Amino acid sequence: MKKRFRVAALVAGLGVLLLSLSGCGQSLSKQNVLQNDKDANTINWGVKADTKLFGLMDVQDNNIKGFDVDMANHITKHILGKKGKARFIQVTSQSRIPLLKNGNIDAIIATMTITPERQKVVDFSNSYFDAGQSILVPNDSNIHSVKDLNKPGTTVLGVVGANSVQNIKKVAPNARVLELQDYAQALTSLKAGQGEALTTDNGILYGMAVQNPGFKVVGGTFTREPYGVAVNKGQEPFVKAVNKAIKEMEADGEYNALIHKWFGNVPGFNYKELER
Amino acid sequence: MANIISNHWQELLTGLGWTLLSSVLALFFSLVIGSLFAIMEVTENKVARTIARVYIEIFRNIPLLVITSFFYLVIPLYITKVNGFTAGTIGLTIYTSAFIAETVRSGIQSVDSGQMEGSRANGLSFWQAMRYVVLPQAFKLVIPPLGNQFVNLVKNSSVLAFVAGFDLMYQANNIASTTFDTINSYMVVGVMYLIITMPISYYMRYLEKRLA
Amino acid sequence: MKSFIDAYSWINLRYLLEGLWVTVEVSVLSVIFSFILGSVLGIIRYTKIKYFSAIVGFLIDLVRNLPLLLIIFFTYFGLPNFGFKPAIIPATILAMTIFESAMLAEIIRSGIQAVPSGQMEGARANGLTYWQAMFQIILPQAYKKMIPALVSQFISLIKDTSLATIIVLPDLTYHAQIIYGQNANYIIPMFLALAVMYFIVCYGLSVLANYIDRRLA
Repeated sequence: MKKRFRVAALVAGLGVLLLSLSGCGQSLSKQNVLQNDKDANTINWGVKADTKLFGLMDVQDNNIKGFDVDMANHITKHILGKKGKARFIQVTSQSRIPLLKNGNIDAIIATMTITPERQKVVDFSNSYFDAGQSILVPNDSNIHSVKDLNKPGTTVLGVVGANSVQNIKKVAPNARVLELQDYAQALTSLKAGQGEALTTDNGILYGMAVQNPGFKVVGGTFTREPYGVAVNKGQEPFVKAVNKAIKEMEADGEYNALIHKWFGNVPGFNYKELER
Repeated sequence: MANIISNHWQELLTGLGWTLLSSVLALFFSLVIGSLFAIMEVTENKVARTIARVYIEIFRNIPLLVITSFFYLVIPLYITKVNGFTAGTIGLTIYTSAFIAETVRSGIQSVDSGQMEGSRANGLSFWQAMRYVVLPQAFKLVIPPLGNQFVNLVKNSSVLAFVAGFDLMYQANNIASTTFDTINSYMVVGVMYLIITMPISYYMRYLEKRLA
Repeated sequence: MKSFIDAYSWINLRYLLEGLWVTVEVSVLSVIFSFILGSVLGIIRYTKIKYFSAIVGFLIDLVRNLPLLLIIFFTYFGLPNFGFKPAIIPATILAMTIFESAMLAEIIRSGIQAVPSGQMEGARANGLTYWQAMFQIILPQAYKKMIPALVSQFISLIKDTSLATIIVLPDLTYHAQIIYGQNANYIIPMFLALAVMYFIVCYGLSVLANYIDRRLA
């Protein structure tokens, strides 16, 4: 009798635990993030730390540097004024949406493409960068474009949570896709021969090619990947403020200066096309 | 949770399969390797003892993730191609074998040393005595700890997710980042892990009690 | 050979040591917290308080039987749903504490059980209350016997912090990844550095524990 009671109590306990965990509230959407940030004079940005040109950790001074980081700094100043502070929290393609939804970060600026699927769970600003998906291969590779990947036995590397992984599954359904934790791991895996090509957006790939002379970007782009700043649903004032900041940056030349700074010296990359 | 299960049961089952396969393979090989090093540790040969000690101490004191990544990222650069599943399983085997060696060694040592002497006096060689007298008794003693090692293996096999090893955790990461339903995705695989690990844990606890 | 010398430049070494410091910081705090929480849980399991001990016991078993990675996801991605938003380092410490204290609870419970029951009876007969006897007589003996098991659990904890690279904990493993991610020639030197640094910390701890064990014996 006693034993049966114990079992019943344990099962009930487990049930209550699962229910309480899965039915959690969404009180975040009721807060006004823009107002909170103005009060704190700080915006918490989720950025990449492993992606050359966009957000890469500099081991010399432990700062993350890249186009996304500079954009975040500029947008912050436009929204909060000259004394506004931008705080950076490192995210991966996998962790950025949960962290945003949880409120650990106020906004994502981390090579994130605006897609319809994502728009169901987060809101995006207007595009702040026009990327397109491409592939990176070793210099001696016989893969010349994404078409060469669509064969059984071909392995393509990508990153968990990246849109490019979903795209390549559609464009090259016969290839096998391996998803690594972040771009540093994916690139190291490509070098180790774990796949024939690495696929993601051209900007990121050119950054890798700059650092690694043995690799090249081939075949041009096969998708359009407009990057947006992502914020939580129900934060229209924040989205508007970001859009306004991007417009101001485009109008006064700040935007083109940043494009020039980060993409002006990248071989094979026509940065003029990116200017606005 | 129901959504995740009904839309992704194929990935989840595939993941479960790879997780179990990796754990079983790693258990088998780490048992073989671990026993070998355990026997080396109790022989009279000093070189063998030292080799065993060094192996055990090195791999008990380095994180599993580091060992696994080494096989995934470094070995292919210089030696031969190793895919994520294999790299993960080799990593698990090496890591676990160091722990199993310790378990089996203490099992052997807890068998009364008179047994070995008696067998030798009756004309058995060291290896015969080990094989027919000492090891069978030692293994009986170490079954519960080995069962617990298997539970550890199932849990630790989640390291395959770091090297695209298709296991349950890898699938969970992919499901979580395509459905954006993070909590429920991990909840489902959490329950799947528990379905494997809990019964084994409880059975081992029962065996321990019976042996005690 | 040249890549080894370049890889171990002062800048890279300093970056690795910063990572090692995070590993040590997270480990030390988690060891302290999980030792306290694990002791409490172990005692609760041992004392068999009606229903309460059984429920606590079941929760401990749940945690013990889950992969640590899931617990890390839970503290970093799950807890904010309850209004608590830990940053990466606190989230890791919390995850390690939850996981390790569940592991320690079992060690501590069986450690207490191994103390002969006559000790408790004797202490009670001499006028000590149950809790006085527990804290003054039973626990000190139990802990002394548990040192090897406790220490090997602490070593596991240190190694397991590397898993938190998945939520970008800036620890030793992650810092090494950042360095070899930026230059493939550094990959072997970085793995060697990882192995050596973890080994020194973990093996050093077990040598220290052996020393203490022998002094106490």
